[in-house]
Amino acid sequence: MTNKADLRVVSRRLPKVDAGAIVKGAPHYTLDMVPAGALYAKVLRSPHAHARIKSIECDRAMDVPGVMLVLTHEDVPRVPFTTAGQNFPEPSPYDTVMLDNKVRLVGDRVAVVVATDELTAERGCKLLEVDYEVLPVVMDARDAIREGAPIIHDETDSQGIHDAGSNLAARVEVEVGDVEKGFSQADQVFEHTYSVHYVQHVTMEPHVCFSYLDSSNRLVIVTATQVPFHVRRIVARVNQVPISRIRVIKPRIGGGFGGKQEIILEDLCAHLTLRTGKPVVMELKRDEEFYCGRTRHPQYVTFKTGLTRDGTIIANEMRVMANTGAYGSHGLTVPSNTGSKSLPLYKSPNLRYVADVAYTNLPVAGAMRGYGAPQGYFGLESHMDEIAHSLGMDPLEFRRKNLVKQGDTDPIAAKLGEGKEGFERTIRTCGLDECIELASRAVPGSGDTPSGIPYDRKKRAVGFAVCMHGTGIPGDDMAGATIKVNEDGSFNLLIGATDLGTGSDTVLAQMAAEVLGVGLEDIIVYSSDTDSTPFDVGAYGSSTTYVSGTAVVQAAEKVRERLKEVALELMGDDAGDMGFDHGFFVSSSGRRIHVKEAALKSFYGEDKQQIAESASFMTVDCPPPFCACFVEVEIDLDTGRVRVIDIASAVDLGRAINPTLAEGQIVGSVAMGIGYALSEEMTFSDSGKMLNASLMDYKVPASVDLPDIKAFLVETDEPSGPFGVKSVGEICVDNVAPAIANAIYNATGVRLRQLPFTPERVLNALKEAGV
Amino acid sequence: MPLHERQVPDLKIKISVNDRAFDVEISAGETLLDLLRRLGFKSVKHGCDTGNCGACTVLLDGRPVASCLILAPQVDGSTILTVEGLAICGKQLHPVQEAFIETGAPQCGFCTPGMIMTAVSLLSENPDPTRDEIRHGIAGNICRCSGYVKVVDAIESAAKKLCDRDAGHDE
Ligand code: FES
Ligand code: FES
Repeated sequence: MTNKADLRVVSRRLPKVDAGAIVKGAPHYTLDMVPAGALYAKVLRSPHAHARIKSIECDRAMDVPGVMLVLTHEDVPRVPFTTAGQNFPEPSPYDTVMLDNKVRLVGDRVAVVVATDELTAERGCKLLEVDYEVLPVVMDARDAIREGAPIIHDETDSQGIHDAGSNLAARVEVEVGDVEKGFSQADQVFEHTYSVHYVQHVTMEPHVCFSYLDSSNRLVIVTATQVPFHVRRIVARVNQVPISRIRVIKPRIGGGFGGKQEIILEDLCAHLTLRTGKPVVMELKRDEEFYCGRTRHPQYVTFKTGLTRDGTIIANEMRVMANTGAYGSHGLTVPSNTGSKSLPLYKSPNLRYVADVAYTNLPVAGAMRGYGAPQGYFGLESHMDEIAHSLGMDPLEFRRKNLVKQGDTDPIAAKLGEGKEGFERTIRTCGLDECIELASRAVPGSGDTPSGIPYDRKKRAVGFAVCMHGTGIPGDDMAGATIKVNEDGSFNLLIGATDLGTGSDTVLAQMAAEVLGVGLEDIIVYSSDTDSTPFDVGAYGSSTTYVSGTAVVQAAEKVRERLKEVALELMGDDAGDMGFDHGFFVSSSGRRIHVKEAALKSFYGEDKQQIAESASFMTVDCPPPFCACFVEVEIDLDTGRVRVIDIASAVDLGRAINPTLAEGQIVGSVAMGIGYALSEEMTFSDSGKMLNASLMDYKVPASVDLPDIKAFLVETDEPSGPFGVKSVGEICVDNVAPAIANAIYNATGVRLRQLPFTPERVLNALKEAGV
Repeated sequence: MPLHERQVPDLKIKISVNDRAFDVEISAGETLLDLLRRLGFKSVKHGCDTGNCGACTVLLDGRPVASCLILAPQVDGSTILTVEGLAICGKQLHPVQEAFIETGAPQCGFCTPGMIMTAVSLLSENPDPTRDEIRHGIAGNICRCSGYVKVVDAIESAAKKLCDRDAGHDE
């Protein structure tokens, strides 16, 4: 099936199924569909990073004409939950309630005002009088776990916090072999610490949802989410209504990147509809998105590596101190992933991973493209470069000597799963050599005196980094697919999988079309509606093409078998051994019946029937994609400004179902990686308020900040994946920052261990080094 | 009292949107973005409401503007084009739209309507732009998904389409 020459729909550069609607500006995003007359709910957000709410005076707000309802912590059910949209039971602590009598970050929920329109709701919020007892603030993970630090989660009803009294949300510790022994046997030991900062997804569409009661009094939630089924379950629990009473629909959404793997609005919005019986809409404005959306965990990452004289790694230890912000959403699993995604890249008989995850009074960290791996890889790939230079070895040779290879097993995978033990993993496919070859050739470097102008003090150099990622979460990820035949040989493909703009509706339809021998236009995709599509964990963990794709392929194969029976019937005796050739059932005598003919006959032949089949798939495997990123940077020695001149990312993704969309994932990830490395940084005042909460001051890369990013696809045909796929959605963000750090070192001899490389930071480092 | 909360009764303006005439009542603080969405032109997106993302870009009397920064009373008598009105005779897609589909430029598509409007305006001013000029032309339109490569590809290819089309007309 994976013989590429034989494929007609898979492996083709077909336009996305939603592309036409997108370019016409169809009203297909959540905010475009809000029913007329919906009430607008606005949350009053805390101006303090840490405070107890002594009282809230609501009367003046209630008196505003058009204000329908004001709710505070005294008025809503108190059910601790996690906003993380993960499998049940979620591995994140239940440390959040709908409304609390304490605020833990600037932007935390204080109260909610429901009104006939936005302006009235805003006026209501302004008239609420809140008496706060302001508490001391802690902003750094290392400070948070010190004796005497203010305790952020002093409530008694939270569950699953590792050690609330020490502000420790979670802790991870695993060891393979014996690292201490490894260090004692090593000829040399290197240790470096790196630090990574706060950044945010900045989806162009902010979080938004609306809810209403349908004619049968069921609660319908339309929401920009990556996890409709988790939303349904969590909203049901928090609001104490049965799951069967809730329907969650995800329309098209304006980007996710992990930020919408969170229940940030839906719990409260649903509650307000249940309270008022009316449609209610809630959204985050851009500044709220920064204050109380989700972020990438800031971390301190320390690597300690022991080597023999010839440069072979014999012990590798990684210690992480992560900041989860005010709540522990994904607080255990992201830092777990920091280790489990990066440590296995280099073979070593002795490996140890320790992570401490602290609460602070800063924005909440969560899932973000890469899920901990970019933090780990910034450390790992900088550290490996540093070691190579210290040993006087070529950085590529040094890596090649120690890199994991096809056929190797990954001992960390078995010990470190999704907040619990994981699964054995053998690397069956690895195209990293080819990735390195392609990406390095694409970025040859242009010499170190770019302008030739003597007073123009600029330096250029090439650097690189490699990485591996995962494909799905073994033992957790499960997806369903249903395919229903129509009379004209078109097929309804019903999937719980959640297209965030990634193109999953398209690639899943391509797979179904390929198996059924029809064109992409014959597949009608409907996805992400908890009433009418099968379950899917949702879009995260680089799982959809692999996990949901396997379910789709299996469902399509079942449907094809059923249609084959119809064809057999039609052919009568001379059918013999029936083959299948691109849409035609072919008898041994060469008679051909097309799928479409069989489809029509299934409805109107002798034996009338609706052919529809479902399949579901759970993965216990997690085949890693591999990636090499080569980058040329230019550093202005006078201003400290770093510019990316040229960059290429090559990925072994198993197989590209749609090369155009796969390239889109690569280029988009690299762009995000460049932002992470150079320009994006959430900064805070001493009292914990974000100082740059706008797109004016928080610098997402614009078109002029980026070169033409080059993407290369390396296909290794992973045997466990449908059509040979692994994954591509996240991996390419993992290794951009270290590649840039290594290039800066190559250009200047200065090693930067703290992200991001803003002009100020670079200039200071250059000055310190006397460059 | 802030401007947008002041009640100004009976403020009425006339505008043309996508060749349709509207005689609408507005409030003094209403933005063009909110007005257009209220009139049903939902392609115009709230990305930031501060003029920094370009998701709300429309053509106001032929020039690209961030509609979140313009107040409705300012546009009395103006002609506005949004992406909904771009298709020729409401049917045949505009070459820029076609090119966006063919090159796979949109991912989530949230930035796309604004990006397309900027591209249309760019190509009307500079029918044969270099990639660099395209990058500068769309510098105010943030796309978080694409890394811009396929967007630039799309605009390059649209330029060619438009050029071919115009050459066809000349014959
Ligand atoms: S919404 Fe107008 S520029 Fe962002
Ligand atoms: S396609 Fe998603 S923001 Fe541009």
